[in-house]
Amino acid sequence: MTTVSFSVNGKNVRADVAPDTPLLWVVRDTLGMTGTKFGCGEGVCGACTVHVDGKPVRSCTTPVSAVAGKQITTVEAVGATAAGHAVQAAWLKHDVPQCGYCQSGQIMSATALLAKNKKPSDTEIDAAMSGNICRCGTYNQIRAAIKDAAASMHKEA
Amino acid sequence: METTINTSRRNFLKTSALAGGGLMIGFVIPGASRFAQAAVDFKPNAFLRITADNQVTVICGLSEMGQGVHTAIPMLIAEELEADWSKIKVEQSPADPAFANPFLGFQATGGSSSVRANWEPMRKAGAAAREMLIAAAADTWSANKADCHAEKGMVVHKSGKKLSYGQLAAKAATQPLPANIRLKEPKDFKIVGKGAKRLDTPPKLNGSAVFGMDVRLPGMLTAVVARSPVAGGKVASFNADKAKAMPGVKHVVQIGSGVAVVADGYWNAKKGRDALEIKWDDGAAASLSSEGIRNTFGDLVEKAGTVALTQGDTNTALAGAAKKLEAVYEVPYLAHACMEPMNFTASVKPDSVELWGSTQSPGLLQLVLSQVAGVKPEQVKVTTTLLGGGFGRRFAFDFAIDAVLTSKAVGAPVHVVFPREDDIKGHYYRPASVAKFQAALDAAGNPVATRIHAVGSSIADAGHMPYEANGLKLLKGVDGFAVEGLTEWPYATPNLQVEWTKNEPPIGVWFWRSVGHSQNIFFVEGFVDEMAVAAGKDPYEYRRALLGQNPRYKGVLELAAEKAGWGKPLPAGHARGIAVAQSFGSYTAEVAEVSVGKDGKVKIHRMVCAVDCGLTVNPDIIKRQMESSIVFGLSAALFGEITLKDGKVQQSNFHDYPVLRMNEMPKVEVHIVASTEAPGGVGEPGLPPAAPAVVNAIYAATGKRLRKLPLRMA
Repeated sequence: MTTVSFSVNGKNVRADVAPDTPLLWVVRDTLGMTGTKFGCGEGVCGACTVHVDGKPVRSCTTPVSAVAGKQITTVEAVGATAAGHAVQAAWLKHDVPQCGYCQSGQIMSATALLAKNKKPSDTEIDAAMSGNICRCGTYNQIRAAIKDAAASMHKEA
Repeated sequence: METTINTSRRNFLKTSALAGGGLMIGFVIPGASRFAQAAVDFKPNAFLRITADNQVTVICGLSEMGQGVHTAIPMLIAEELEADWSKIKVEQSPADPAFANPFLGFQATGGSSSVRANWEPMRKAGAAAREMLIAAAADTWSANKADCHAEKGMVVHKSGKKLSYGQLAAKAATQPLPANIRLKEPKDFKIVGKGAKRLDTPPKLNGSAVFGMDVRLPGMLTAVVARSPVAGGKVASFNADKAKAMPGVKHVVQIGSGVAVVADGYWNAKKGRDALEIKWDDGAAASLSSEGIRNTFGDLVEKAGTVALTQGDTNTALAGAAKKLEAVYEVPYLAHACMEPMNFTASVKPDSVELWGSTQSPGLLQLVLSQVAGVKPEQVKVTTTLLGGGFGRRFAFDFAIDAVLTSKAVGAPVHVVFPREDDIKGHYYRPASVAKFQAALDAAGNPVATRIHAVGSSIADAGHMPYEANGLKLLKGVDGFAVEGLTEWPYATPNLQVEWTKNEPPIGVWFWRSVGHSQNIFFVEGFVDEMAVAAGKDPYEYRRALLGQNPRYKGVLELAAEKAGWGKPLPAGHARGIAVAQSFGSYTAEVAEVSVGKDGKVKIHRMVCAVDCGLTVNPDIIKRQMESSIVFGLSAALFGEITLKDGKVQQSNFHDYPVLRMNEMPKVEVHIVASTEAPGGVGEPGLPPAAPAVVNAIYAATGKRLRKLPLRMA
């Protein structure tokens, strides 16, 4: 057991857990925030994506000890950022989710993309989003919503 | 799962006043169950609740797994209720026999049946409420009912005065149920058939949507179960010392499926499970391999099977044919790989069981789990959450049995979670199948006779699967799920015979999106393409000519071909393939545009789909469901394969059981045929034509005929 301190959605938190515990399970089981999803446990499906200091990270393969002192953002609070707000609004407009289970991760990946790239090309969208699996097959709606979110951010900028 | 029952005869309406002064209306379907739900007390239930604060809430007994049923069912009710769509909310019902699926006889969501089965009952529920609200308003105004009408959540008198449904709810609840309920003509629909935004989208954007994985209860523990790596294997002995010494581990208990490690959270339970030392008794399946299964199926397919359908004299016609064609097709076992891994939560007490989670069959759960826990069905309470994908997998209840047995053993609420590896290795697979086709063609290339013989496991009658309770049976020795799509052979053929041979390796098989159609349409549409080639005809024109007696097949075929630009020039190296199907009461045709790289890599550029699903409820959702099914079908066609060696499943996670990703996603276009037929299903029918359209396009591009999935060019 070890104590790790970091911030989640702007709040300082402490977790007393085994240091190899993945961030995902600290967020879900210790902190009780269930918006971040468990999909594969080996970092290949993207459902668990969170932001660590603004960068998209697979929380299921990130030991909590690796985020000591860092700032974590999850889907519960990503709407407070300009890109996150634009992404959620575009997702709503395009009615992107079907089952919705992967969408927390999709939204986190898309938001991270738009935060650093205001006008991603199709190739850049592929590169940023191909780590996120959707079994309902909403990829074309995700692509359209990302472009829409990018356009809306231009308008507001 | 197409058991058509006359719903109107069995359903009648019940109403009752809400304690808080509102109107509640629902159907009661007493004693009609195919299963033993008659043991549960008869209880009136509500599909609709209107409260004084003007809130209209639809209570939906069907599970939302992405297919949009939590939007479609409210649309049906709101249409006849003349409700204000912007004020409609939807709520998941508890498990209760009153919510039995009229097609299935118990509360469950599957077989693309939700709209088909509820098209009439739900509209009647809305219409009855509307009439009672009108009666309440007429009573209030001492006016004639004929002078009042309902409109956007209000009853309006011809003089112009209005009362909202909220204002009328209490009085409406005291009105007698209308004797004759008249339903609107489709031409008068204001909501049904138009698009409507999904009601379940907002919570799916901010992490607040609750899936089975997100159930949290006071004192809840998490369990991960060690199950035999070999199908049907049993625990010989185990040593829990190391597992119990792991941080957070509270209990280690043996349950029916294996050994459960129960801890304070998932991670500790998983690590505890991995620290278990278990000796397994592998049993009879220890030498099972995919190669052995293929060889067995391959031998059997050359023999005669049980006749599922016969017309004319196929064997004589084949023997005397001018031109003969033969081919053997094959598909592997497939996992569902829902994004939400299997999991369920149970709290077992001496005289009650509470269950929470992602299930397609709360009605079956109530019945089966009552037997598992040794209580009465009415003592089992099931709360259905949102489902992170279902695709048939969540029609099963193995995960809920694990949760009940573990909770009972440790005396606390337990959330059983399958790591992804347990999910992929956990059986309940789409059955593998081999099918042999023989055709006799006349001088013009038209079929004189076709014989089809399929070999595979039976979902309906799998002796080693624990689902006697679901009451499925073979009909005259044939499993309808195994031959669906074959026995519906739609092409004009005077002599036709479909045979089936059951062979049952000890592998758990189960419903997988579009069930038997998932393999059988691939077989049929691949082989028909071969027939067209043998006849020297264009594959589209060949099908079109032979579908003359089947206008709905022909309609979607023509629309898909037209929208895809069939016959028009394509970029160099690109080619098109076409396939058509009927499943779950809907007709679908798809045109795939593909190219094959020098390295043999298949690139799918575009999929054009035409669907005739009768009258539409929500065209936007229909289009998405077609696209969703296409992606599911393409994932299987390109990558999907569960293999076994030494009785063990060789795949484990998305790295070795890959599915389609964003960078592989084709353009998809969906076109809906305008139709006045009764609604067909939409959750599955988009899937069956996807793989054969691609295979046929690969043939057109390369001259290479692939008869086996997943696609391998080498």
